[in-house]
Amino acid sequence: MDAPTDSLPLKPQCEDALHELYHLLSGEIDDAKRAQIAEHLDECAPCAEPYDFYAELRRCMQQRCQDLAPPELLARIEAAINHEPHT
Amino acid sequence: MEHMSSLYSGALRMTRNPADAEDLVQETYLKAYRGFGGFEEGTNLKAWLYRILTNTYINTYRAKQRRPDETDLGEVEDLYLYRRLGGLEAARVGRSAEDELMDLFTEAEVKDAVEELPENFRMAVLLADVEGFSYKEIAEIMDIPIGTVMSRLHRGRKQLEKLLYDFAVSHRLAEPVSDAAT
Repeated sequence: MDAPTDSLPLKPQCEDALHELYHLLSGEIDDAKRAQIAEHLDECAPCAEPYDFYAELRRCMQQRCQDLAPPELLARIEAAINHEPHT
Repeated sequence: MEHMSSLYSGALRMTRNPADAEDLVQETYLKAYRGFGGFEEGTNLKAWLYRILTNTYINTYRAKQRRPDETDLGEVEDLYLYRRLGGLEAARVGRSAEDELMDLFTEAEVKDAVEELPENFRMAVLLADVEGFSYKEIAEIMDIPIGTVMSRLHRGRKQLEKLLYDFAVSHRLAEPVSDAAT
């Protein structure tokens, strides 16, 4: 398999950045660590590429998984709530 | 009705059935209206609604539509999808990488891939990567420890990458790496 991370001797900063990839994209990395990784990505294309790829994948999933609720559902729910005894 | 389309989308991924999804969303809003679980002012309304939705799904819908043959895809290595598809983006000059992924996976394929995930993984991936909840919020929504959230996400995300790749290959948009090498 020919992959960037296979073909290069990984520096510790690379391993660290790739290990945190999904967590960083999820906003689960604290500011100090985030800045540290961002700095590494600026100077390391083999790490920056997968970051861009997975950021796009996340956007793709969010855009592709949107369904509009059918209009009659809203009417159904409002009717059901109107039938509820007042609390 | 705030967040209704988001809840409906989530309900569809969970139940995989529009009629059940509608019922599930209706039940969620009714329970919310009755003050089920107690919403605290200043906390995240969407997370609270999702917690009700998830509990209702697990308690009433899951039992009736349990699928016996959910497959665990086994070990999937890091950067699975990138390693197989990353080159495609570089290969097509003049297109933005973003368009590339959007072209590669149709709406139906992404939805099918998410819905194909084993349930525990599916819920975690759905909440984190589609709905954008924090790990802490997911722990509260699913009522599990945060460490469990992270391990389900770890496995669920990898399996999703594998499923997406399989879909891409089956639609001949990518060549299997192993075949190309022989």
